[in-house]
Amino acid sequence: MTGKGQARMRPESVEALAEIIRLTDMPLSPVGGGTRLRPGEGQGARIETGRLSGVTHYEPEALTLVVRAGTSLQAVQELLASEGQMLAFEPDGRAGSTIGGVVAANASGPRRVQAGACRDALIGVQFVDGRGEIIRNGGRVMKNVTGYDLVKLMAGSRGTLGVLTECAFKTAPIPQVSLTLALPDLEAGPAVAALTRALTGPFDVSGAGWLPERGALIRLEGLEGSVAIRRQTLAARLEGFGGLVEVPGMNWADLVPEARGGDLWRITCQPTEAPALLAALPEPLALDWGGALIWVELPPGEMPVLPSWSGQAQRVRGTEPALVPPMNSIVARLNRDLRARFDPRGILVGEG
Amino acid sequence: MQMPEPDGAIIARRVEIAALLRAAVPDAVIDDPAETRAYECDALSAYRCPPLAVVLPATTEEVAAVLRICHREGVPVVPRGAGTSLAGGSMPTADAVVIGLARMNAVLEADYDNRFIRVQTGRTNLSVSGAVDGAGFFYAPDPSSQLACAIGGNIGMNSGGAHCLKYGVTTNNLLAVKLVLMDGQIVDLGGPMGEAAGLDLLGVVCGSEGQLGIVTEATLRILPKPAGARPVLVAFDASETAGACVAAIIRAGILPVAIEFMDRPCIRATEAFAQAGYPDCEALLIIEVEGTPPEIAEQLQLIRQIAEGFSPVEFRESRSEEESRRIWLGRKSAFGAMGQINDYMCLDGTIPVSALPQVLGGIARLSAEFGLEVANVFHAGDGNMHPLILYDANKPGDLERCEEFGAEILKLCVEVGGCLTGEHGVGVEKRELMTTQFTLTDLEAQMRVKDVFDPQWLLNAAKVFPLSVSASRREGRNDRKGTSAHAA
Repeated sequence: MTGKGQARMRPESVEALAEIIRLTDMPLSPVGGGTRLRPGEGQGARIETGRLSGVTHYEPEALTLVVRAGTSLQAVQELLASEGQMLAFEPDGRAGSTIGGVVAANASGPRRVQAGACRDALIGVQFVDGRGEIIRNGGRVMKNVTGYDLVKLMAGSRGTLGVLTECAFKTAPIPQVSLTLALPDLEAGPAVAALTRALTGPFDVSGAGWLPERGALIRLEGLEGSVAIRRQTLAARLEGFGGLVEVPGMNWADLVPEARGGDLWRITCQPTEAPALLAALPEPLALDWGGALIWVELPPGEMPVLPSWSGQAQRVRGTEPALVPPMNSIVARLNRDLRARFDPRGILVGEG
Repeated sequence: MQMPEPDGAIIARRVEIAALLRAAVPDAVIDDPAETRAYECDALSAYRCPPLAVVLPATTEEVAAVLRICHREGVPVVPRGAGTSLAGGSMPTADAVVIGLARMNAVLEADYDNRFIRVQTGRTNLSVSGAVDGAGFFYAPDPSSQLACAIGGNIGMNSGGAHCLKYGVTTNNLLAVKLVLMDGQIVDLGGPMGEAAGLDLLGVVCGSEGQLGIVTEATLRILPKPAGARPVLVAFDASETAGACVAAIIRAGILPVAIEFMDRPCIRATEAFAQAGYPDCEALLIIEVEGTPPEIAEQLQLIRQIAEGFSPVEFRESRSEEESRRIWLGRKSAFGAMGQINDYMCLDGTIPVSALPQVLGGIARLSAEFGLEVANVFHAGDGNMHPLILYDANKPGDLERCEEFGAEILKLCVEVGGCLTGEHGVGVEKRELMTTQFTLTDLEAQMRVKDVFDPQWLLNAAKVFPLSVSASRREGRNDRKGTSAHAA
């Protein structure tokens, strides 16, 4: 993955990392597993967190986990599973991902419709900012409003404010039963209406998406008897959309697709806006979050032409970064000024 | 409570400043000292200070106009929702203009297919759920003060409630806001699913205690109402046993929507006040589960099995709406009941659930040491404690002793790995304790965020950060007056 001649640093401790940042004057690209880089990212000398790994604290009865940022996502998931638990959000499992990378990308899969995003399960962080200062925020308890919530600011900050060194999470019990149901005949547009029907009733849906070869997908989880009851009432509610069929062994990580040669675009919208957007796009690779997230592939370099809507479209694989519509000028100024405060020398390079 | 010396030059210009405000927003300015007195405090009523003036705008544009004037004139501003802060979050200073959201209480849009409601932020928490109830939806965060507290204040403090074990706190249910910056610029943050490109500005604004801007509109996530809900009451002969039972329930993979804890002093007081019919015991838990009747039965059976391992004094399952109401009655009237017999101070630290026995023991020891009684009532599932320290406001020195005692309890919460405040906010009340939880570097990082949003430190400035830590920024205010908000 590393480009020719590109420097790599793998500090052994948080203090060593802080010193590197303080002393360097070259552009740095913080990298976890390097599995989620977007166009334009990763151009500086790579500063990798792989040696800052291991679990600091795990308290299953408090549903809390503290882990160093360079720990592999897989190791975290295995540890939690051994105690019958999981992360309270649902990151997609790319091989080689670190937990810090997941946080820096705010990688949040299908469960977002029910349990929230990575940023919602993240309860504490330690990071080294662009000045080389070691900063803590949040903690290891679920409810905490002490001071500003820099935890949220760090989630999804993509290495532009600092390098994450430790993350604390809310965990959740693995549900006794997980059932995936499909409406296989639905195209993407009509699928959104079916998913909306499911999400607006008392079914506690934990996944609502669409895949070209599978149709609309709905996940129900919980105690065995409860799932069986909800399955029945949901089937009655969705009668007008064709029969619900069970999909055994569904891998919900498939809802986060990879591009197949073109550029991968990620579009957020209100579900009721999705049909009009879909009509202006090629068939999507996937829909998630009940239609609030559209994954679509476009020819390299092409920009989508879309009717005006309330969300944003972002190119996440391709050569050039792109965002439609562009960021509002005040939001852009706040972003720029925050980066300048945490990284006054501008050495942490991200996109744009 | 120490507050910074108000700016005499601003106080001297009261009439002129009020006239400027009145020219921009006629009929919305209160500057008669007899009337501004109504805004001299919030629910931390031991501390009071009438503001310079109060403005009650009706629109976002009016909020922006007021802020532009205050920004230009260098006048401090204190935002106010419904004034229910227990931490002094909306306590004014003598040189500040209070901007109250009371008149901005409209529902702007209820969108059931997309599962959100957009409201003006002066609207009360309970009336948000009320607005969508008929369509079968609700807004999840439910602070005890939900009848009175405003959504704007909920966003400022990132409020929680009894049911956040399952549904999260305000920040997890907030999708977008309209924010007016101190210089009067209006900006939309967030978007569908709460997401927007770039940094999570919505996330850092929520819980920033009115120091980054004034939120005038909020888009809130609404959820379909569950088919039903039912509480059980489990009584124990020791607080530690109740705590161990909570841990065992969570460990078993059951996630009730609420687990509430009350100890004997609290049970005694609420019985005398509300006659909920609680058993005579050292501690009790109220555990609520949701779903259709068979789903409820399935969960309660598991909870009963676990609880029986801890030899409860009683396991009381509700069989009717009326029994459910009675189980919740004591818990919901706990604060009122304590207020009936005493003055009290309500703390709000959060601890890791495993530290519960240690912290309860520590509180009992401190209670004996300070000679003040404590009643414990709290959200046990997430470790958010609400010890109520009883004192007598008419007894000289009692309030000060109570505050010292409270500070010791909060330090204990931090020592065991917890935090100073789980849902009430720092305000002025816990400002000086911030250095027990954070290093100066940590606090500096937080203050840099305020530097970006409010470079002159005019908004609610004497809150959250210890006065000595924020002094140079607050006092630099006058020198920076009129300089660009964009200066690095």
